[in-house]
Order: sequence, then C-alpha cells, then structure tokens
Amino acid sequence: MTHALEIEGLIKTYGDGFEALKGIDLHVAEGDFFALLGPNGAGKSTTLGIVCSLVNKSAGKVQVFGNDIDTHLSDAKLNLGVVPQEFNFNQFEKVFDIVTTQAGYYGIPLKQASVSAEKYLKKLGLWEKRDTPARMLSGGMKRRLMIARALVHEPKLLILDEPTAGVDIELRRSMWAFLEEMNRQGTTIILTTHYLEEAEALCRNIAIIDHGRILKNTSKKDLLQELSVETFVLDTATPLASAPELAGFSTRIDGEGALEVDVQKGQGLNQVFVQLDKLDIKVVSMRTKANRLEELFIRMVEENASESKNSLEGVA
Amino acid sequence: MRAQALATAFNTIVTREIRRFTRIWAQTLLPPAVTMTLYFIIFGNLIGARIGEMGGFDYMAFIVPGLIMMAVITNSYANVVSSFFSMKFQRSIEELLVSPVPNWVILAGYVCGGMARGLGIGLIVTLLSLAFTSLTIHSLPMMVVTVFLTSALFSLGGFINAMLATKFDDISIVPTFVLTPLTYLGGVFYSIDMLPEFWQGVSMVNPILYMVNGFRYGILGVSDVNPFVSLGMILVFIALLAFIALKMLARGKGIRH
Repeated sequence: MTHALEIEGLIKTYGDGFEALKGIDLHVAEGDFFALLGPNGAGKSTTLGIVCSLVNKSAGKVQVFGNDIDTHLSDAKLNLGVVPQEFNFNQFEKVFDIVTTQAGYYGIPLKQASVSAEKYLKKLGLWEKRDTPARMLSGGMKRRLMIARALVHEPKLLILDEPTAGVDIELRRSMWAFLEEMNRQGTTIILTTHYLEEAEALCRNIAIIDHGRILKNTSKKDLLQELSVETFVLDTATPLASAPELAGFSTRIDGEGALEVDVQKGQGLNQVFVQLDKLDIKVVSMRTKANRLEELFIRMVEENASESKNSLEGVA
Repeated sequence: MRAQALATAFNTIVTREIRRFTRIWAQTLLPPAVTMTLYFIIFGNLIGARIGEMGGFDYMAFIVPGLIMMAVITNSYANVVSSFFSMKFQRSIEELLVSPVPNWVILAGYVCGGMARGLGIGLIVTLLSLAFTSLTIHSLPMMVVTVFLTSALFSLGGFINAMLATKFDDISIVPTFVLTPLTYLGGVFYSIDMLPEFWQGVSMVNPILYMVNGFRYGILGVSDVNPFVSLGMILVFIALLAFIALKMLARGKGIRH
C-alpha cells in the first residue's frame, strides 16, 4: 500500500526541555481522510508542523509519498498543501495575489497559476473578492482563502489544522462538502479538529494523541465499536410522566421530558420499538444523546491522564 | 526544483517585494526624495557656497555621490529588514517555509528586492541632484559595480537583522545607532584629509567610507582610498554576510521552532 504520510519514532523536544512528542508512529494511506485528535497541547500541531517544515524535529523519520524530509525535502513539499490553524497571509495583499504568489513559490508560472487560482477561488466562493485586500475579508472567508492557497499547486496531500475553528455551522457544512469532494477526487486529507462531530462525519481513520503519544490509531468504525453503551433520546407524541420499563434496557426521563434509553453493544433498537409499541407509546423523533466519538475521546484521554499520574506516583 | 521553477520562484519573491514598496510609495519612495532635496538645498547650496571647494570640486558636486550612496545604503537595508520582519510578525513567512523554494533562492529574492528599492531611490536622488549640479562620470563601470555591490551588501545586512529581530524595536536599532553614524562619519560630507591623523586612522575602519569613496571615484575620479580596495572589501563582506544568512536560514533561526 502506498502511504501518503509515514512517521516513525518522531520526537520533538523544545529548547526549554519540554517533550512535545515522545516517539510517535503514524501511517496515513493514500486517498485516506484521516483525523488527528487530541486535547490542547497534545502534540497535534507540532506533528503537522514537522511534516510541513515549520518545526524542526529532534529525532525520527517523516516521509511524504515516499520522500524523506531529510533527504528529499523539496519533493516532499511539492506533494503537500497546508492550511494552518492561524491566519498566516499578508493582510495587505489582495486575495488573488496571495494565491498566485503561493503558486509562484512552487515554480508555477503566473499564467498557469492564474487559471488554478481562479478555479479554487470560484469553488470556494471567493472569486468576487479576488481584488479585495485580505484584511477586509470575514473570518470564514479568510479560512477559505487559506484552503484555496493550499490547493493552488494541486497537492496530493492536504493538511488542515483546525480548519473550521470559529466558522459558523452553515459555512462549516459547506467546507465539509468541499473537502469530501476533494477527497473523492483523490486528495489525501489529514485534519486536526476540536469538533469531534467533524471527525466522525468526515474521516475514515482516526488517531488520538495525548501528551506526545499516540493512544489509538485505527478506523473510525473500529473505534466506535469500542463503545459498550450508547444512549438514545426519544421524543414521544405525548409527554411521559415516568419512564416505562423496557425488558433488557435501562430507561429514564430527561430534564426536558424526553425518554432516554441505554442500548448495550450488540443489542438492536427493534426491541425498544416493539416494547414501546405494545405500551402504546408513539415515538416522533430519535437522536443519540452525545457525540459518540466525543464520549470515547474523553474516556481515552482521561484514562491516559490517570495512567500518567499512577506511573508518576510509582516513580515517586 | 528545476531551473525554470527556481527562476519562477525567484521572480515571484522579487515581484512581491517590488509590489510591496511601490504600494506604499508614500512611505518608501517619497521621504528619501524629500530628505535628499533638503540636503542639496541646505548643505549643497546654502552652506556649500561658503565652504568653497573640496577635493578639487565645488562642495555640491563633492557631496552628491555620498548622498546618493547614503540613500542607497539606508533604503536597501530598510526594505529587507522591514519586509522580512513583517512576514515573520504576520507569520506569512510560513508561505515560503512550506514551499519547496531553496534557502539560497529566498535570500537572493529578498536581496534583489532590497536592491530594487535601494537602486531605484539612488536613481531618483541622482535625477534630483541634476537640478543642483551637473555630473560628469569618471568611470561608469566603477560607479555601477560599486553601487550594485553596496546595495547587495546592505540588503544582506537587513536580512540578518530581520532574522535576529524579535520585536519591532529590534529592526530600528541598527539603522539608528549603527548605520546612520557610520554613514555620516563615512566621508559623505567631507574628505578625511580634513581630519587629524588619529581620526583619519579611526575612519579607515569604517566600511562605509570605502563604499562612499569607491562611488565618488566612479563619478568624480577622486577618492580618499584606493577604489579597488573598496571593491575588494565590499566583496569580502558580501561573502561573509551571505554565508551567515544562509546558515541562519538552514537552522531556521527565528522562523522555525
């Protein structure tokens, strides 16, 4: 299998002695839509920063489409497009100039760069703003500008660090649709995000990182199967005074009068509806109580924190 | 990257630099033109008339090469230091760092951007000076080579200053406390023959003295120092500063964590 990104034994120790990465291994297949999740300070941005040459690594190996960043940095960079977490363009430059200038850095002549810039600015709804200085754009537009800039040289691997931070829901959904389309067309995408809903909706594979270590690296499907209980919230046609007893299921009424049902791993939902039907309780809508991935993420990070604390106490 | 792609990347950096300083022409092109015109009027016309001749030429003709060189030096330096530090400050330097442009192309692009502004202003000041005196050129090659190399040298200096700077104050310290005194004491307004022997010796360690005199030799044919020694010194400094700048870029000094 061709890997878009291979990371082995990556270590980063900053000048003040802080160990941001403690030897991580990560493999992202070509064509994947991959999420790197972790709390603040976990090492996500440091990892991606090293891949993008914005951070110097202390040890380890990084390859982008087989190009080692120590020996074939230029080839590795040609395959990479980067959308950072913070705005990092010249605020006084015009939108079109920012995108074509970036293409120029990749050796793309202005004529060809202009065609590519037009294509992506149109796709991202920024073409009308092409002559506007970047500082005049809204936050959402600035994020889209960074995506257009990252794509102008048609990279095979697109890295996005918190791409929808501070973006409203409607725009976030349209950016998801755009990224899904890019992925369908063959671009490998790696993103970090705080919105776990985003990772659950978009990604096929997920790695969870905390305190500079990878806690989990697997498919989203396998990850979600680790959840033993899932809670469903059912809105009934008529409010219930108390929770009905359903054989094999734990039930309760939530603060807003909706019925909550805990479904164990392996149990089907059909039995819930059969029993509710017998009790003449009509369900008008249903949803999961919490974001499933979020639940799992919090559990893993908490377990890791607890293990770290225990091992420190053991040393003491 | 292939040669053609490298050339495109280089052109992109230089074009962006020229676009930057022409966009803010009221801050970059106009002030030196106004300042130098005042120098010509006050020092050249009003005070110069009382001074008489210097180095065999009237005072106005004597100070014109020095003033042109002063404008070239300060503007070459200022362009690179402010542009590169602004990119660091706004983090738009990351656009370059993630791209496959080699460090030597980045450095060459910025230096040429600085030279474009320094030499452009040098040309403006030269044209303004023609309103006050007539210039006869003694050696065009010496004049051109000296001004080009001096502009390149101070662009390199500005680049290193910007790499080391961590706040805006850091980019004004060198121009204010190093460049300006060295320029004023570098024989722009006087011949070092006028100084006592001790101060003549002190002046000889000022590198700007060699550049001003090399350029003055190209225009007037007179110099306090051997013009070929001037050229040699400029070339040595260019090689040294280019080496330091490339080392700093490779280490990512101030631009990579």
